[in-house]
Amino acid sequence: MQLTRLKRAIMMSNQLKLALVITKREVRDQFRDWRIIFPILGLTIFFPFLMNFTTAQVLQFVNRYGATIVGERLVPFSMMIVGFFPISVSLVIALESFVGEKERGSIEPLFNTPLLDWQIYIGKLISSIVPPLFASFVGMLVYCVGLIIDGVPLPELHLIIQIVAITIIQAVVMVAGAVVVSTQATSVRAANLLASFIIIPMALLIQGESIVMFWGNYATLWWVVFGLSILAILLLRIGLAHFSREELLGRDIDVLNFRWGWKVFRMNFLGNATNIKNWYQLEVFPYIKEIRYSILILSLLVLVAFFVGKSQITRFEFPVEQLGVENMQAQLTLLSQNWSFGNFSPVIAIFWQNIRVVLLAFILGVITLGIFGVLPLFASIGIVGYIMSLLGNAGLSVSTYFLGFILPHGIMEIPAAVIATAAIFQIGVILATPDNHQTIGEVWIKSIANWAKVMLGLVIPMMILSAMIEAWVTPELALWLTP
Amino acid sequence: MIETQELTKIFDDFTAVNHVNLNVHAGQILALLGPNGAGKTTTVRMLSSILRPSSGWAKVAGYDVYTQPSEVRKMVGVLTEHHGLYGRMNADEYLIFFGELYGYSRSQILNKINPLLEQLGMDQFRKKRLGEYSKGMRQKLALVRALIHEPPVLLLDEPTSAMDPESAKIVRNAIKSLSNKERTIILCTHNLVEAEELCDQIAIIQEGSIILNKSMQEVKNSLVGSPVFAAKFVGSMDGKYFDLPDGIQIVNRNESIIHFKVEKPTIQNPVLIRLLTEKFDLLSFEEIPIKLEDAYLDAINQIKKSNHDE
Repeated sequence: MQLTRLKRAIMMSNQLKLALVITKREVRDQFRDWRIIFPILGLTIFFPFLMNFTTAQVLQFVNRYGATIVGERLVPFSMMIVGFFPISVSLVIALESFVGEKERGSIEPLFNTPLLDWQIYIGKLISSIVPPLFASFVGMLVYCVGLIIDGVPLPELHLIIQIVAITIIQAVVMVAGAVVVSTQATSVRAANLLASFIIIPMALLIQGESIVMFWGNYATLWWVVFGLSILAILLLRIGLAHFSREELLGRDIDVLNFRWGWKVFRMNFLGNATNIKNWYQLEVFPYIKEIRYSILILSLLVLVAFFVGKSQITRFEFPVEQLGVENMQAQLTLLSQNWSFGNFSPVIAIFWQNIRVVLLAFILGVITLGIFGVLPLFASIGIVGYIMSLLGNAGLSVSTYFLGFILPHGIMEIPAAVIATAAIFQIGVILATPDNHQTIGEVWIKSIANWAKVMLGLVIPMMILSAMIEAWVTPELALWLTP
Repeated sequence: MIETQELTKIFDDFTAVNHVNLNVHAGQILALLGPNGAGKTTTVRMLSSILRPSSGWAKVAGYDVYTQPSEVRKMVGVLTEHHGLYGRMNADEYLIFFGELYGYSRSQILNKINPLLEQLGMDQFRKKRLGEYSKGMRQKLALVRALIHEPPVLLLDEPTSAMDPESAKIVRNAIKSLSNKERTIILCTHNLVEAEELCDQIAIIQEGSIILNKSMQEVKNSLVGSPVFAAKFVGSMDGKYFDLPDGIQIVNRNESIIHFKVEKPTIQNPVLIRLLTEKFDLLSFEEIPIKLEDAYLDAINQIKKSNHDE
């Protein structure tokens, strides 16, 4: 048993050695390309000094007006920026390494060697990450040395560790994302166009991190590291799943094949169903069964969101009087009069609002591999938890609020939202599952078809029903229960 | 050495290779002949385990291309249409890199590449940057790369395409020198002269299907038919007619030249020559070179036409 394990370890180490042969060649090639060397040198040597100078000037300025806190926060922020710039080169290197080789035709000889797909992938991945990361560390070191020379206190050690961790994980995310992009492009030009899917979210992330740093809530940065780690793992998994000889050389991905796309969509949406009953039996319900684990995860997430929302009452205080609970009964009476049974305008408004949230989740999910598609559901349930906690603190009956205001339509609306979000979440799950017989595009079309199936078959009818209940039943029930 | 059975590759809704059956033995060179987009490259990619067959199977050097891809790749050397060299490396660095991927040490690699570089006349250019190589040199180096692990099977995918005649000749000579009894070679090309020069078996692939798979001579016979001989006479032959033995027919005649189509030249030519010499003043009697290219194009056009009619 132990011998087998040892054999396997030796085999793995030998396989990794071959992957590192690719890394060695790629790194050597990078250091022969002045277009890579000069920017890296500039960002490693020149830019940190510039940042030192700028930091010193700003510190002088803000200290003159007693705003020392701005200066304190600026030092780690600048260090993060100094670290980020060189790793941004990793994106270019990765695109060049993966798509450039494909475009020049030099990837095919590599594919003809006995190397496994993952060995080529890992070899190229390391070569794209390590040199920019090394440059980034050198840049940060130069920046810190500059601070010492200028007599500016260094950021605290835990903060330096956080910045290093963020830098590493951002580099991995960018390169892993670049590989995913590369599998969908046959030219560097096309890959650069697609790279905006990485650059724009990364730019937004840096802005978010900057806010957090100036805000001084450094613990949040660990959550950023955690979130990025999950994203990195997912992207690496997708990259590994789709970086295959078959996918890279066997597909015509530059041309949009609408006919084929429609065929795939139709096949997944309708299947072999001949009538509506048949469609539910063969397509809708089996798919619900297929995504049962995603539904389960999302259901747990609903509970988590509720309690997270509830707990936020201590952080975000809200004056209860602004809720207008003292004249609740009058408001509910007015509402039940306006939203009388048979009046469809509130039904349409409620339904449209819910559908918009689901569509927002869909858009977020489609561009973030399903991950951020859960945010609207999380936020909505979080708000419910927060309000319930708020009412409880105001001495009002939480159970009355829950039974009267949430439960009647929530019993239909929340499951509908969970199912819709689970279908979005499933996009990421499927993309990250290795299946050599499907391209990323195919998986997306199928996921969208499945999502549309669930939407049309279940979510929309449930949401129409819940909107009717919310407009016609909930106000009446709430009025009846409100003392 | 290479065997395929109903080998098929379907991309989405497009059938690139359609039920291909091939059988190439050790020592044979097969020309996979066909126009651009006929399915040659896809077939080679399946035989080198880069693409998986949609249906059917293929065995290369005894290994299944679907279930034993790594073993297949160890047995196969592939030369692609695009040489795929790294312009900033020199020949030694490039070949050492690929040799290491096959698990060889630096000294082992040098031992293997030295004679090959010498054989292909590349020895003096080994320290030159590959970006500065000519097309012919690049392809020759790519050939050395394909041979670095001494593969018993060579798959050459349009090795001389888009090359000037001189470079193409250099590469062709190099390929010729690699043929031996233990090695099986498949040469994908749309160049008939190349196929005729290098190969002893021809498979014509058209729209993914093999439409003809025979020895070079059989292909000539089936495409061109019986050989045609030109008899040149002293003086005019107008108005002069004579009976011909069975299996010989006149296909063309002008004032002093008559073209004969002879079914069995080895048997019938002596008879025909004797007849012509006895009756007329025969000046010369020679075979008209077979224009395989024209015949091939005719055949392809006929197939296209019949497909279109269907």
